Amino acid sequence: MSASTPRDVSCRELVELLTDYLEGVLTPDETAAVDRHLELCDGCAAYLDQLRVTINALGAVTLETLPDDAVDELLDAFRELLR
Amino acid sequence: MTITDEGLVERLRAGDEAAFAAVVRAWSPAMLRVARSHVRTDATAEEVVQEAWIGVLRGLRLFEGRASLRTWVFRILVNTARRRGRGDAVVMAELAGPNVDPDRLRGADDKYPGGWRETATPSWWGPEARVLSAELRALLTQALTELPERQRAVVELRDVHGFQATEVCELLDLTPPNQRVLLHRGRARLRSILEVARP
Repeated sequence: MSASTPRDVSCRELVELLTDYLEGVLTPDETAAVDRHLELCDGCAAYLDQLRVTINALGAVTLETLPDDAVDELLDAFRELLR
Repeated sequence: MTITDEGLVERLRAGDEAAFAAVVRAWSPAMLRVARSHVRTDATAEEVVQEAWIGVLRGLRLFEGRASLRTWVFRILVNTARRRGRGDAVVMAELAGPNVDPDRLRGADDKYPGGWRETATPSWWGPEARVLSAELRALLTQALTELPERQRAVVELRDVHGFQATEVCELLDLTPPNQRVLLHRGRARLRSILEVARP
């Protein structure tokens, strides 16, 4: 993508670039093209915002850990090995 | 995950059971995900995590603190998982295909090829979607379990547990571009689930 005008990136292409965009791995030219597209395209700007909301929400999720009996077994091993 | 090394190693070496139980509970969710990406079943992943923790206990006296405790623990985990692992390459199905329903975008013969169709353009989510309600939390937690294994591992490690991209590449044997593709696919899938379910 060597974009010089916003129309060089379609919405179809842009939505696939957004994680690379958020990760900061696009070239300066590509980043500028994405920025220009986002300024002009409300649908893609909303899509990016939705991705950000999703990422933020994931930060508040609690996930399953080892079952209690597995933790108990490890505590037994801990007592044995670090006594 | 808000466990710091400060004094932790000493507490563990001194036999502080509560400290050990806390760190096991905090780090094991991410460890299970890493292990599961190297082995075929949840049960084997659990065994790998348990085995890794035993390895940590046995090696704790030798830990010199050159890396953080977490880095060291995850290194032991990955070595344990690789010994039990399948060593498959990333399943290509997890990397291919568009992440937005192609029907939402205009065709090649349209005046604006690849642009959003009027009726399918994403709309701005209201403030209620930004506050994670119990329902949305449950929905996301369930949706994560339904992602393909590598996508799930990358999304959970990056966005739930806060690992860096370079760490995730190392733990899951991924190239940086594949790590980003998996992250994007997983995020895009979860976004679409929230889009349908949002209040």
